Amino acid sequence: MSNQNEDAFVKNLPRIYGLYTGAFVVFVLILAVLEQVGIPDRIIGYVFMFMTIAVYAAIGIISRTARVSQYYVAGRQVPPVFNGMATASDWMSGASFVGMAGSLYLLGYDGLAFVLGWTGGYVLVAVLLAPYLRKFGAFTVPDFLGSRYDGNFARVIGIIVLMACSITYVTAQIYATGIITSRFTGIQFEVAVFFGLFGILVCSMLGGMRGVTWTQVAQYIILIIAYLIPVIWLSTKVTGFPIPQLTYGSVLDQITTLEAEQGVEKSYVAAFTNYTPFNFFALIFCLMLGTASLPHVLMRFFTTPSVKAARLSVGWALLFIFLLYFTAPAYAAFARYEILSNVVGNSIASLPSWVSSWGDIGLVSIDDANADGILQFSEFTINRDVVVLATPEIAGLPYVIAGLVAAGGLAAALSTADGLLLAIANALSHDIYFKMINPEASTRLRLIVARTVLIFVAIFAAWLASTRPSDILSMVAWAFSIAASGLFAPLVLGVWWKRANKQGAIAGMLSGFILCCIYLFGTKYGGMALWFNVPNISAGVFGIPVSFVVMVVVSLLTEPPSEKIQTMVDNVRIPAGTTMTGTDDSQEIYG
Amino acid sequence: MDTQIDDGKRLQHWQKSKALMIRMMVLWFVFSFVIHGFVIVFNNVTIPVLNFKLGYYLAGQGSLIVFVIMIFVFARRQNAIDVETGVAEKDE
Repeated sequence: MSNQNEDAFVKNLPRIYGLYTGAFVVFVLILAVLEQVGIPDRIIGYVFMFMTIAVYAAIGIISRTARVSQYYVAGRQVPPVFNGMATASDWMSGASFVGMAGSLYLLGYDGLAFVLGWTGGYVLVAVLLAPYLRKFGAFTVPDFLGSRYDGNFARVIGIIVLMACSITYVTAQIYATGIITSRFTGIQFEVAVFFGLFGILVCSMLGGMRGVTWTQVAQYIILIIAYLIPVIWLSTKVTGFPIPQLTYGSVLDQITTLEAEQGVEKSYVAAFTNYTPFNFFALIFCLMLGTASLPHVLMRFFTTPSVKAARLSVGWALLFIFLLYFTAPAYAAFARYEILSNVVGNSIASLPSWVSSWGDIGLVSIDDANADGILQFSEFTINRDVVVLATPEIAGLPYVIAGLVAAGGLAAALSTADGLLLAIANALSHDIYFKMINPEASTRLRLIVARTVLIFVAIFAAWLASTRPSDILSMVAWAFSIAASGLFAPLVLGVWWKRANKQGAIAGMLSGFILCCIYLFGTKYGGMALWFNVPNISAGVFGIPVSFVVMVVVSLLTEPPSEKIQTMVDNVRIPAGTTMTGTDDSQEIYG
Repeated sequence: MDTQIDDGKRLQHWQKSKALMIRMMVLWFVFSFVIHGFVIVFNNVTIPVLNFKLGYYLAGQGSLIVFVIMIFVFARRQNAIDVETGVAEKDE
């Protein structure tokens, strides 16, 4: 595709996505009408799943690319608003969409640690990292580490940390697609995880960063509509006012009253009933620093046209993320209110069909402890990963809304999985294969390697997901701790502390990463006791400070970085001038 | 590379950028951690009309709004620093 065509395409973006949004709304309305005339629920579920995946695959195929700079950084011409949207859906995964409101539902105030931790980190991204990494001009995060810390040793450790956090993270996404697909199509969970893979692979394999970017924008539009509609509906139904973010304050009051009647001891709005204050803040700390260390998020800011655009694009990204995050506590509150007011207190024999359809896959259970045939709040258990998906049915909304939410959850999980797999494949094909094993490799060969690696990584992650290692939110939180322990210190100090050198970075990354992994695996599988009662989702609270201290001490004990690297840091700090890598962005693969 | 920008300009730019960074980090720390340390006290206050407990509101919505505004303000201020000290990118 010539540059002129590409420019015309970028100019037309608002119109293209405007039409797309309109078409999606019409599609949902048609399904709503079909439901009313009696099309069975199962068919509606199928249509939602397969239509949306087909659309993503189509975008992936249309945006396929044969140019290196298009494949790795979407040609560095994604406008800030659209990069913001793509970053938002890259970022908001199955954990945000499917898992977060469920955790809020169970944890009350303490669950807000996730809401805070997964938004505040963007301030760190904007102020400390994104504009500088964009100026540097790398294709991948390990690329930056390898150049700043002078050699392949730092690059390789960067890749190891990247692989560890990204595979943990992608496993959680595939697990989420498995839950959604098995519930809405009736396919067995262990098989369903492999179905989700298809949609993921088509986008990330053919189009690289370019395909993933335009698919992610499309996925953002679907996921945000799907998240907002049911909550707006519930807010109107319960309070008569359609802005749930403003009305759920009163609903929280009613929840407190209903809970008192049910004899629930922990108040939903009271702080520190599930976490100690220390653990609450430790979790926020790890999630925020993890945000600023995750390679698949940072690499999105390599795609903007300028340094200025990179900064602005972080703002747009957080604004689009905010739309979902400030809705999540409302979603949780309405879900809890519906269960307390409409489900609890009914006769167990006459519960609606959603109880058995979710019960069949082991995610909702009812235990009539006092054998009176009436459901009490304490007798009702719901898995935190199904609260969002099941609420439309619980509240008696039309099935088309349940299908819409499922499609949104799928969009969220797929978009993040796309970004993660791309980050993994790029690290392996660009950093390991091209930079270390075969620098003579033709661009064509590099892309073949990237795509082959992608398939193997995806299959491995799908297999891992089919073993159900943990709930979505925990798996994702582990990824944040791993990334922050291994990468935060070398990335931030690489820009902000000129004296940071190769030896310091290597020692810092290794010590933080290893400590975090020992704590994680030791407490999860090895029967190790918790230190200071810190749960393993906050393992970074040990790894991060250790990596900082080790990096600073070792850097000071060894000689300063070379003149050349110091000049490079000076140039990264100012927006003017060319990028550092000087990579030829114009290479054609099939040329 | 970029030798046309003299060291004086670079130094001025970096000192201003650092000062802005420190101000942003202090605000970030306050709205991420400090104010939520007082949640139990704040929860005794109810926001009129909306009926939120203040402590819950700050964690569920208040801090988030601050974060979004902060990043846009930062982008504008940093850009002003770049232009003022003559190290901004040329318009493309």
